[in-house]
Amino acid sequence: MSTLTPTPSRALDTAPLLSVRHLVKEFPIRSAGLLRKQIGVVHAVSDISFDIAAGETLGLVGESGCGKSTTSRAVLHLQPATSGQVFFNGVELTTVGKTGLRRLRRDMQLVFQDPFASLDPRITVNEIIAEPLRIHGLYGDKAAGRRQVADLMATVGLKPEHGNRYPHEFSGGQRQRIGIARALALKPKLLVLDEPVSALDVSIQAGVINLLEELQDEFGLAYLFVAHDLSVVRHIADRVAVMYLGKIVEIGSRDALFEHPQHPYTQALISAIPIPDPRRERSRERILLRGDVPSPANPPSGCRFRTRCPKFLTLTFEQQQKCINEEPLLVGRGPGGMPTSEEAAHRAACHYAESLRVL
Amino acid sequence: MSAENPYAEAVGAADPGGAALSVRDLTVTFPGDDGQVRAVRGVSYDLNPGEVLGIVGESGSGKSVASMAVMGLLPKTARITGSVRFRGRELLGLSEKEMTSVRGNKIAMIFQDPMTSLNPVYKVGWQLSEAVLAHHSVSKEAARKRALELLEIVGIPSPDKRIDQYPHEFSGGMRQRVVIAIAMANDPDVIIADEPTTALDVTVQAQVLEALRAAQRETGAAMVLITHDLGVVAGQADRVLVMYAGKPVEIGPIDGIYYQPRMPYTVGLLGSLPRLDQRTQDKLTPIPGTPPSVVNLPPGCPFAPRCPLRTDICLRVEPALLPVLGAEHQAACHHSDQLAHESAMEIFSTDPNADPGQGPRDQNHEQGPDQNRQSGAAQ
Repeated sequence: MSTLTPTPSRALDTAPLLSVRHLVKEFPIRSAGLLRKQIGVVHAVSDISFDIAAGETLGLVGESGCGKSTTSRAVLHLQPATSGQVFFNGVELTTVGKTGLRRLRRDMQLVFQDPFASLDPRITVNEIIAEPLRIHGLYGDKAAGRRQVADLMATVGLKPEHGNRYPHEFSGGQRQRIGIARALALKPKLLVLDEPVSALDVSIQAGVINLLEELQDEFGLAYLFVAHDLSVVRHIADRVAVMYLGKIVEIGSRDALFEHPQHPYTQALISAIPIPDPRRERSRERILLRGDVPSPANPPSGCRFRTRCPKFLTLTFEQQQKCINEEPLLVGRGPGGMPTSEEAAHRAACHYAESLRVL
Repeated sequence: MSAENPYAEAVGAADPGGAALSVRDLTVTFPGDDGQVRAVRGVSYDLNPGEVLGIVGESGSGKSVASMAVMGLLPKTARITGSVRFRGRELLGLSEKEMTSVRGNKIAMIFQDPMTSLNPVYKVGWQLSEAVLAHHSVSKEAARKRALELLEIVGIPSPDKRIDQYPHEFSGGMRQRVVIAIAMANDPDVIIADEPTTALDVTVQAQVLEALRAAQRETGAAMVLITHDLGVVAGQADRVLVMYAGKPVEIGPIDGIYYQPRMPYTVGLLGSLPRLDQRTQDKLTPIPGTPPSVVNLPPGCPFAPRCPLRTDICLRVEPALLPVLGAEHQAACHHSDQLAHESAMEIFSTDPNADPGQGPRDQNHEQGPDQNRQSGAAQ
């Protein structure tokens, strides 16, 4: 656009809903003695940046210990980041203070993995769902509040007449729906979903995934969908970010990332997922990784994946030096010259990134 | 997994004489406060030499309890009936001492948590050598050499260093591979693996599955692989047995089960899986409702309350496991003929459980809490 004064609405449309910039989260390692002297640092999340647009789903995937859950908590400022910024609707979370943060939290809600541990067993479902409304003074009089709660239960596919029951009377899938109803109560713009279906059996999981998709269409919600199950992420996400040892190693649109993964770790990860199709499974080649994930207290120099990287083994000694000494940046790696916009959207942190079909 | 045609291998299934492991009408009942918990209600299968049988089912379907019964690992309160024959020898009713010799010798077990099988106070190499020495009269040096080889086979990096470490120095996936190495040292005829990769990350899971395949290749053992993951089974098994509410509802060669399922539960299970390899924007097809409680199970087909094809007979008579596509592929459904040409989407999108007054979301509505209170008690 050539105009120098964009209208505010136009600016709102283009700005991402959530912007994470250079987010770092470190946890101190302390000695066992009386002084509990700090003797090291766990680099749980090391300088990651990403955006989520309104109504969009970003899948954040990786294996245990890669920092994906820490990222989700830092995004909500439940655990303040060590450094870096989180902008929600253009407002930086660290600058708004306690009251401002509470107001912002209306718009960003969290759904937990374990539907058994995240619901208070001593209060009824009605009260669980009403709680956020009461905290933010939106419950209104008794009739209005009850109506809101009943509507929320119907929205997530529960029968409102079951609102007087306690969480233990519901199955895992129903409890997860209660957790979603609670998160929806304040009409948020962003839901952070931390492994929301991992604890559920597959036949129940499908219903919750469908519900999340319907809610997104209906309310225009944005999701930060944290999961280790790539099949679920392939189904639900618009874009996907892959984390390894505290860093995003690859980010891109869903189909580009799954069909043309560029980072050797993403390729290994996708090739390792079993597909429920015997003929395809028989003909598939797996990329087996050697060894285990290094400790995040002492990550490898340069590229953090190099100690397990199948590509690293094929490189010459000179090429390997680059992996050892120079940290690869997360950039679009199109063939030569300036990356096109699509290549810029699909970025991989590997010096020798090369697209490979593994499915 | 063998690369041969699984149909060809399954032919031996009808001949119990040749089976490595033959299970007949196995039932397991636990006493409970609200009545008897009938966790396993009649499981029969033959495991042929060298084949991999996958047993799949969701939580509470009885897949693990049935296998624990086979191994004689259930508590004394459990009432077990039926027959478990290992190479013709009846295992049910053996004394603990006799059972121990069978278990250590010819049936190896791999559990979800490898630390249940490893001794934390002995070095890994010692535990492996011990298993080698128990079955072969070789010198200690030879046993250690064999232990090194086994660690190499299951893919432990630098085994010469690792052999002198304790289990706590290994990661979860590596411990599971050590357990597999020990199982191989016993040179078993049958390996029973109960959710061997469930708690592991996918790249580690791939390593462990590779080790399992290597173990099977080396020993030529038959394997029972118990898992809830239909993807893992697809890549490993020759035949599949699907459990629901304590009973097999479908059994057959792997391709038959995945490409021509004849029991609505199997169809629903496959249809509810999101697929990594598909660009589809289609909705998943969940199965309505929740699995029934195995306490005071009503008569009829246990899947009937969740089944879109149910008719009166389903509510009265529990269907038997009958051949559907050849003798090897059997399904327990009164209406298995109807399933020949319908997809999960077609079957489950017309849901008889839907309450007309509740709006469009009722399709993936789970049933009311009353029913779940019962299933909660069963767990």
